[in-house]
Amino acid sequence: MSGVRAAVAHALCMLAALLLPSLAPSVHAQGAPRIAAAADLRPALTQLAAEFRRAGGGEVMITFGASGTLSRQLAQGAPFALFLSADEQLVFDLVRAGVAEGPGVALGVGQLAFVARRGSPLAGEVRRLGLAAAIQRAQIEHFAIANPAHAPYGARAAEVLRRTGLWDRLGGRLVLGETVSQALEFVLSGNAQCGIVAYALASDPALAGRLDLVPLPQSWHRPLVQRMVLIKRADPGARRFYAFLQTPAARRVFAHYGLVPPGGGAARGG
Amino acid sequence: MVDWEALRLSLLLGSATVAILLPLAVLIGRWLAATRFRGRAVIEAALTLPLILPPTVIGFYLLVGMGPDSVVGQAWRGLFGTSLVFSFQGVLVASVLVNLPFAIQPCQRAFEAIGGEVRDAAAMCGLGLWQGLWRIELPLARSGIVTGAVFTFAHTLGEFGVVLMVGGSIPGETRTLALSIYDRVQAFDNDGAARMAAILLAIATVAVTISFAIGGQRRHG
Repeated sequence: MSGVRAAVAHALCMLAALLLPSLAPSVHAQGAPRIAAAADLRPALTQLAAEFRRAGGGEVMITFGASGTLSRQLAQGAPFALFLSADEQLVFDLVRAGVAEGPGVALGVGQLAFVARRGSPLAGEVRRLGLAAAIQRAQIEHFAIANPAHAPYGARAAEVLRRTGLWDRLGGRLVLGETVSQALEFVLSGNAQCGIVAYALASDPALAGRLDLVPLPQSWHRPLVQRMVLIKRADPGARRFYAFLQTPAARRVFAHYGLVPPGGGAARGG
Repeated sequence: MVDWEALRLSLLLGSATVAILLPLAVLIGRWLAATRFRGRAVIEAALTLPLILPPTVIGFYLLVGMGPDSVVGQAWRGLFGTSLVFSFQGVLVASVLVNLPFAIQPCQRAFEAIGGEVRDAAAMCGLGLWQGLWRIELPLARSGIVTGAVFTFAHTLGEFGVVLMVGGSIPGETRTLALSIYDRVQAFDNDGAARMAAILLAIATVAVTISFAIGGQRRHG
């Protein structure tokens, strides 16, 4: 019995050692502004939040999700001070509902990219033959996109698939991610052979060695203007971050991820 | 609108989970109730884990553990030529794992309640292990087994997080009623969500009532 007791004590000590770091003061300062942002903005916004902190702006707390889901939560009074949406229509709806301080600022026109795991021949085939021909020739088991019902990038990916005649052909082989991030995760984990996701997400430098991507023409789908807007009674910290995101330096970061304001020149290719 | 296909899939998933899990749960529950050995606590703890772990943890391990880079995923592809993730079979595997404690614990409690004397008496009467189990213990443990089955079925209907992580929301394959409700809410279709939520509420209420009614019968009968 003493052996069991010693083992339990040992296990508890191990657990305590494991959890010790969590007792350190949280990096999230009390009262840091809360920001809700579309999943595709994660790479760009993570970089911008770090630059904001270095410039003395302090911490910001960012929650990433499907824009439709976030706007729904905001309409129900979720405590965010700033909303960055993948689809400006959702921003306009919130302004009309009296939740947000209109009209907000356009961040850029979202671009789609075809993605496949590094080492798969699919991306090369798409470059060589075009999307429709390459996918029709390939043996695709699962093709990942975000859920068109509530993720703007999913809706646009569905438009591209319909336009290229692939929608009916893929049928039950389409797998839907909860957000565009989850759709990309399906491809990265190898569970889906390929997919169509946000270029802004797939061009994350952290994924460079794991992913092949082919930017898709923006003329293939209705424009997807990303727009940010302050929520009514936003705190001063959130307003400072909102102003920072409009500086030329911040614009350059967005442009690096393929997000250029409408009429602001051509989006980068990959 | 009601997503009938999703309802059919949920009912199928619930039935299949019960069919696979119940025999296992009876055997494991009986074994845990009747034997004492070192390390039993570890096994009991492992079988209870799915009750405690968040669905995201289970979903993450399944996504990696059944994926194309995994032994299981490769073996499945070798046998059937398809992927386990994003398939009904994959969701069924997840469902069986998640429901282990829901099925085993009521069975185990029922067998524990029978006590060693009854088992000894059965053995004295010359009944072998399987005969004793079939003719004496199973009838006595019936209410616990039914409770395990009902809870497993009802819990499968409500399973959401794990299916969201490994299912891919494919209509007719992995889009269960719980996922369909979530989709409707996200798409601002409150009417559709409300109708389907009412169906789930009704099924769960009936299931739990059955379980309590049978449990009560044994106490009074």
